[in-house]
Amino acid sequence: MTSLPPPSDKKLGLVIDLDTCVGCHACVVSCKSWNSSGYGAPLADLDAYGEAPVGSFLNRIHTFEAKQEGRPAQIVHFPKSCLHCEDAPCVTVCPTGASYKRQADGIVLVNEDWCIGCGLCAWACPYGAREMDQAAGVMKKCTLCVDRIYNDNLPEVDREPACVRTCPAGARHFGDLGDPDSAVSHLVAERGGIDLMPEQGTRPVNKYLPPRPKQEIGEAEPVDLVALAEPEAKGFLGWLDRALEKL
Amino acid sequence: MSAEPTVDTSPKVSDEIRRTTCYMCACRCGIDVHIKNGHIRHIEGNRDHPVNRGVLCAKGSAGVMQHLSPARLKAPLKRVGPRGSGAFEEISWGEAMALATEWLAEVRHRDPKRLAFFAGRDQSQSLTSFWAQNYGTPNYAAHGGFCSVNMAAAGIYTMGGAFWEFGQPDWERAKLFMIFGVAEDHDSNPIKMGLGRLKARGAKVIGVNPVRTGYNAIADEWIGITPGTDGLFILALVHELLRAGRVDLDYLIRYTNAPFLVIDDPDTADHGLFARDDDGKPLVRDRVTGAVAAFDAPGVKPALKGEAPGPDGRTVLPAFELMARKYLDGAYAPDMVAERCGVPAATIRRIAAELARTAFEEEIVIEQPWTDWKGERHQRMVGRPVAFHAMRGISAHSNGFQTCRTLHLLQILLGSVEVPGGFRFKPPYPKPFTAHPKPHAGSEPDQPLPGPHLGYPHGPEDLLICEDGSPWRIDKAYSWEAPLAAHGLMHMVISNAHARDPYGIDVLFMYMANMAWNSSMNTGGVIDMLTARDETGAYRIPKIIYADSYSSEMVAFADLVLPDTTYLERHDCISLLDRPICEADAAADSIRWPVVEPERPGHAGVRCFQSVLIDLGGRLGLQGFVDADGRPLYADYADYMVAHERRPGVGPLAGWRGAGEVHGRGAPNPHQLDRYIENGGFWLSEIPEEARFFKPWNKAYQDWAVSMGFFDAAQPFVFNLYLEPLRRFQLAAEGRAEPQPPDHLRQRVREAFDPLPTWYPPFGDEGAEAGGYTLHAITQRPAAMYHSWGSQNAWLRQIHGRNPLYVSGDVWREHGFEEGDWAYLSSPHGRIKVPVALMEALNPKTVWTWNAIGKREGAWALSPRAPESRQGFLLNHLIHELLPPRGDGLRWSNSDPVTGQAAWYDLRVRIEKAPPGEEIAEPHVPAQQSPVGRGPDMVKYGEGWS
Repeated sequence: MTSLPPPSDKKLGLVIDLDTCVGCHACVVSCKSWNSSGYGAPLADLDAYGEAPVGSFLNRIHTFEAKQEGRPAQIVHFPKSCLHCEDAPCVTVCPTGASYKRQADGIVLVNEDWCIGCGLCAWACPYGAREMDQAAGVMKKCTLCVDRIYNDNLPEVDREPACVRTCPAGARHFGDLGDPDSAVSHLVAERGGIDLMPEQGTRPVNKYLPPRPKQEIGEAEPVDLVALAEPEAKGFLGWLDRALEKL
Repeated sequence: MSAEPTVDTSPKVSDEIRRTTCYMCACRCGIDVHIKNGHIRHIEGNRDHPVNRGVLCAKGSAGVMQHLSPARLKAPLKRVGPRGSGAFEEISWGEAMALATEWLAEVRHRDPKRLAFFAGRDQSQSLTSFWAQNYGTPNYAAHGGFCSVNMAAAGIYTMGGAFWEFGQPDWERAKLFMIFGVAEDHDSNPIKMGLGRLKARGAKVIGVNPVRTGYNAIADEWIGITPGTDGLFILALVHELLRAGRVDLDYLIRYTNAPFLVIDDPDTADHGLFARDDDGKPLVRDRVTGAVAAFDAPGVKPALKGEAPGPDGRTVLPAFELMARKYLDGAYAPDMVAERCGVPAATIRRIAAELARTAFEEEIVIEQPWTDWKGERHQRMVGRPVAFHAMRGISAHSNGFQTCRTLHLLQILLGSVEVPGGFRFKPPYPKPFTAHPKPHAGSEPDQPLPGPHLGYPHGPEDLLICEDGSPWRIDKAYSWEAPLAAHGLMHMVISNAHARDPYGIDVLFMYMANMAWNSSMNTGGVIDMLTARDETGAYRIPKIIYADSYSSEMVAFADLVLPDTTYLERHDCISLLDRPICEADAAADSIRWPVVEPERPGHAGVRCFQSVLIDLGGRLGLQGFVDADGRPLYADYADYMVAHERRPGVGPLAGWRGAGEVHGRGAPNPHQLDRYIENGGFWLSEIPEEARFFKPWNKAYQDWAVSMGFFDAAQPFVFNLYLEPLRRFQLAAEGRAEPQPPDHLRQRVREAFDPLPTWYPPFGDEGAEAGGYTLHAITQRPAAMYHSWGSQNAWLRQIHGRNPLYVSGDVWREHGFEEGDWAYLSSPHGRIKVPVALMEALNPKTVWTWNAIGKREGAWALSPRAPESRQGFLLNHLIHELLPPRGDGLRWSNSDPVTGQAAWYDLRVRIEKAPPGEEIAEPHVPAQQSPVGRGPDMVKYGEGWS
C-alpha cells in the first residue's frame, strides 16, 4: 500500500460555482482535448462511432433535479473530477505506489509506468472520480493539468487547468486553497464553499460553491404598482398630462 | 514509499499556434489551434477575440474530432442508385464541375427561376446571394425562414436591429436581465460569459422558458411559461406598466413614433396611416400650442394624447393614445392571462414592479456628453439597467413576429434600448428597415436579377407577386402568404417544388442544410417528395446538387455531391456585408484560413464551397464573376475576399484596406489576409466613447458609421412602436388599397398585421384541445451539440447520443410511466415512438426533447446500431409544413402569417404509454448506404505523435 505525504502547505485545487454552472460541458471536452494528447496515455474512446461509445474522461457533468416544496423544481449541474483529497483513499489503497499525492502541491497523480490497472483506487474513491482507460489499461484521473500550471512554454495567464481556462460562465476557479489569502480561499469564505461528502473523511481540497437561494415564487412580494405611481384620479390619460408637464 | 516520480511539468505544447474562427456552431468564436508535429494538439479560445475572449464551449473544444470525422466526404459523388439509397460513385472534380455547369447553364438560358439555390447555415450569404442575383433566379435564400426570421424582421422593422448579431445586453451595467425562449445555442459563449458577469455583480436573472435547463437552471427566477403565450405575458407586463404610469415618456417622445399623429377616418384609404406634411414627414401636435408640426421640427413639444382635427380637418390622434387604449384593456390584465400563460397573476404584477423599479429607481449615469441628431447637446448618458434577450422560443410560433414586437415594445416603454444598462446595438446596426433594400424577383434568360432577393417591403406594392397574383418565388416569400419574409422560406422549397405550386423547378441546389432530415418539418414527407417520380418515371424534382462536408442524410438524396472542406481547411470571411462579429463598443470582422491543408489521400479531394461557387460563376459567365472579356475575376474565395468591391472602397473585409493603413473604406489590399492572420484572424475598431450609446440618434455615431462605410449618409430614425407598413397591408386586406390579398387570406392579414404589437393564439392551437392534443411539444438545442453535426464527433456523441422525451411530473404520474418506458406521441399529422424520462422542472403541459440527435441509419459514418438511429428520434415527423386540411382545398402553411417563419413550436400532441416491445424509435427510416464507410472502432487521439 502507498502512504500519503505529510500535509503540504500548498493545496492546489478547484473551486466550482454551482450557482453559475450552466452544464454546458465545455470543461469536460476541453479537458478531454488537452489530456488526450497530453499527460500519459491517450484518453481512448472505444466503439467511438458505434452502439455503445465509451471513453475515458477526467471530468464529467452530472445533472440533478431538486423538487422543492412551494417552489418550482430546480436543476443543478454538477461538474465532478478528482478532488485531490488530503486523505486520499485512492492513494493509500494502491498496491504499487503508482497512485500518489505530490508533496509540493497536493496534486494526486497516477504514475502510469507503475500502474497495473488493478482498479482498486477507483473502488476506493467515494466520488467515482477515476476512470480506467480501456485501451491502455491504466487508471486515468484529473492531473489538475500539471503539465499546464507550471509550464514555462505557456504564457503565465494560461498556466491554469484547461477546464478553468475554457469555462464560459466563469464557474471554475483554480488556486491554492492552502493559502487563506488566495482568491479561491476568499471565494470559499464569502460564498460558504462546501466539501463534497465530508462524512467520507477524505478532506477534499476542491470546494463547491452552493447555488444561491432562488426567488420565492407566487404571492411573496405583493406590490401595488399604482401606489408607486402618481394618483390615478383621472386615469392613465390624466396622469399623462401631469407627467408631461414635468418634462 | 520511494521518492515521487519526476513529472515533466513544462512539456512543449505546440510548434505553432494558428488563429482562426470556430465553426462548430454559429457563434464565430476566435480559436487558437495548437499544431504539434503536424497534428492538431489542442484547440482553445483566443483570449484577444471580441466574441469569446478566450473561452470556448464543448463543441469548439471538440473541433479536432469534427475535423478528423470519419464522415468527411472525400471526393465529388455522382448518384448511381435510387435517390436516398446513398449509392454513389466518386468522380473527378473536372467531371463534377462540367456536370454542374451544364445543368446550371441550361436552366439559366431557358428560365432561371427553375433553379432554386438555398444555402443553409452558411456564413457567406453576401457571396451566395450575390451569385444567385447574378445568375438571375429569384429563388434564393438561406435558413432564416426556419430559424428566427420573426426575431430579425420584428427587430429590424421596430427598432432597426434585433438580438444576437444585431445587438446585445449591456452585460457590464444591467441590473435586471430577462431572457425569453433562449436555449443553449446562438451566441452561447457570449451569453454564458455575460451570465457569469451578471452573477458576479449580483444582478438578477429571470428566465422565461417552458423548460428549465441551461441558462434557466441558474436563473434567479424561472417562469415556466406555456409555449406560444409569451406575447400575452409581455402585454400583461405592459398593461401593468401603463396602468401605473411607469413608462419613460421623455424617451418615447424623443426616440419613438409614439407621438406621431394617426389619421382616424374610417372607411378611407389612409385610415390608420400617419398624417404627413407636404414633404411626407409624419406630423406631431405641440402640446403647448396645439399646432401640428413635422415630428423633427425644432422646438416642438409633442403631445402623446388628444384627438383633434388634423391639417386637412380630419381627426388625428397620437399613436400613443391608441397604444394606451389597447393595452389598458382588461383583456391584458394579469388575472385575465394568468391561466393561459401558466404564470400566476401575482408573479406578473411583481415582475412588472421589479422592471419598473430597476428601470426608474436604479437608473445609471455615464458622465459622457453627446450630441443628438437635432443638434441638442446632452451632458450625460442616462441609462435604465433592464436588459432583455430572446431567441427561437418566442419566434418559432405562428404568432412569433408579433410576439417579438411585444418584447421590443416592453423594452422601449422602459426606455432601455441603446442606453447604458439596457440593450445595445452592434454595428452596422442600428439600421432602419427603410435603409434596407426592398425584395427583388425576375427570371430573364441569361440575365441577372434587377436587385437583391431579400429585403423589407414597405407595403403591399412591394410584394413579389405576378400579375395573376401568383408568387414569384418558389417558397412564396413576399407573397400574401408571407409578406415580410425577410429571410425567405427554405422549409417550403421542396414541398412547393414537389407540388409544382406555384411552379416546378429543374435544379435544386443546396448548401449545408440537412433538408432530408432535421432541417425540415415533416421529415418523412420530405423524403417522399425528394424521391417522388412523375408520370414519365422521372423525379418530380429533376436534378439535385448538394454541397456539404460530411455524409449527412441530405447527401443521400443528391444527384451530384460537391464535397466541401472542414472549417479548419478553408477560407471564410465573417463580413460586415453579412452578419459580422461586432460588439456594442466596436466594429469587427474576421476570417477563417486553412490552418491545416485538406488531404483526402487516394481520392479526388474536397474544395471550399465558396471557391466552387466562384468557379461556377466564372464558367457560367455571370456578371460580377467575369471581366469584360469573360475571364474569371477571382481565382478562389480567398482572392474574392480581398479583391471584391461591393461599392467603391467597400469589400468583404473592412480591416487593413489600401496600403494597410485604412479601415472600413479603402482600396483592396493584396496583403489583407496576412494582416488578419497576424492579428489573430480578426479585425476590430473601437467606437469613439461619445458614440457608444443612443446610436440611432447620436450624431457622433452616425458620422462614424458613415466614415466606416456602413452607410453613405447619416440616417437617424425613430423606433416604430406603431408600424405603419403593417397598417398598409391591413388596408389592402380591408379592400382599400392595391394590390389586395386573395379572399381566403383577408381575415388573416387583418388580424395578424396589427400595426401595434399584439398577441393571438398560435394556429397550432386550433382544434388541439378538442382533438385531445392537450400537450405542447418543443425541442431545445443542447449546449454540447449543434444541429446534426455533432453526432459524427466521437467526443460529443458520448454526451448526447440519445434523446429521451422529457415529460412533466403531472404527465408522468397520470400515465403511470416508469423509468425505461417508451411512449407513443401523436400529433394531428403523425405518430412516433420514443423513450420517455421524467423532468419536474418543466411546464406541466409541455413535453420536449433535444433537437437533431436522432439520425438516419447509415448516415454520418455511424454504425447501424448507433443509439442515434435506434433510440434517438426527431419530433420533426410530427410537424407538417402545412396546417391540417380545412376542407377548402387550399394548402395552408404552418408558419407565421407575417414572415412565413416555420412554426415549429406550435406543435400540439398527446401521449400514451407504449406496451413493452422492441426498444427502437419509430418511424425507423430504412438505412442509407455510406459513401464514406464507417468510423473506426477506437479513437486514441494523440497516440504516436504527442
